[in-house]
Amino acid sequence: MNAIWLFFLLAGIGVAAAGGDVQKVTDGALKGAEMAVEVALGLIGVMALWLGMMRIAQEAGLVDLLGRLVRPLTTRLFPSIPPDHPALGHIIMNLSANVLGLGSAATPFGMKAMQGMQDLNQHRSVASEAMCTFLALNTSCITLVPATIVSVRVAAGSVNPTEIVGPTILATMTGMTVAVTADWLIRTYFRRRGRKVC
Amino acid sequence: MLADLLDPLSRWTVPALFALILLAGAVKRVKVYEAFVAGAEEGFSIAVKLIPYLVAMLVAIGIFRETGAMALVMQVVDPVMAMIGAPGEVLPLAVMRPLSGSGALGLATELIQTHGPDSFIGRLASTMQGTTDTTFFVLTIYFGSVGVRRYRYSLYTGLLADVTSFVASVYFCRLLFP
Repeated sequence: MNAIWLFFLLAGIGVAAAGGDVQKVTDGALKGAEMAVEVALGLIGVMALWLGMMRIAQEAGLVDLLGRLVRPLTTRLFPSIPPDHPALGHIIMNLSANVLGLGSAATPFGMKAMQGMQDLNQHRSVASEAMCTFLALNTSCITLVPATIVSVRVAAGSVNPTEIVGPTILATMTGMTVAVTADWLIRTYFRRRGRKVC
Repeated sequence: MLADLLDPLSRWTVPALFALILLAGAVKRVKVYEAFVAGAEEGFSIAVKLIPYLVAMLVAIGIFRETGAMALVMQVVDPVMAMIGAPGEVLPLAVMRPLSGSGALGLATELIQTHGPDSFIGRLASTMQGTTDTTFFVLTIYFGSVGVRRYRYSLYTGLLADVTSFVASVYFCRLLFP
């Protein structure tokens, strides 16, 4: 991450300097900083709403129930999380929200899942094995109904706005399979070398 | 026809989920109001905790984009596009997709409107938009919320998924929309 971050910044400054328009660096930086706060503050309401709902679901036993239903799958994907840990329920809720296209709910559920995994993490500032697997799944995750893009297509007058659902699902599954496989390979490699960071 | 079915479906998911959670809470005699408020309390602290991580990431991406460094990277990647059979027009979208969700949606919308939603480029852009999430953004906020600063290999698996999904989008669009 350090290298990529440095690359973004230095490449930007370098290109601006070479092009003679260094003002763009300042503009880009200020715009980015402002947007960061906007995004974070914009999340407060939605986050509070879903975290509230989630607490009810948890106290009603729904999260645990969901966790138990998918246990055969999650114990294989997340061997480092104890099978009855609530984080597994949260992971499943996050992924289901993604699949259903509930972007606003997915983020708070995901934060909860990360908290659960952080409780098990031995190195507070370093990503654990389970976190890496979770994010490999999450960033490549399937959305059954890409609602936003379908509405863009409707607005543009498409004859068949939902025809892209098929290729979208196929392409996502390919990406997800590769991500999970890569994650598994890297994890196994680190374990063999005895550098188990989680 | 599928669109007619999807519309009510997406309109019903949130209300149905609320109803399910609330009913389950009522049946299990959860003190629903108290539980809700207790859970919601965390929303603020999590959101505020994200700010430093988001500033770091969005400032870097902002500079990278505004200065034209990103456009330069695209010129370097351009020859690869022909190799995998993708039209050059979608390259900006492919590069933008892992960096900025709103930026990518803007580019996809533009492509769909310029080339038509039922053109090959329009369909490919639509497919690409739906296949992956905004890797950098997701990593930033998910790790940021718990204060993890070293992402280890997760950035690479995320980007690998992005590249694979892009190539797969081109492949499946070619296959399904000849």
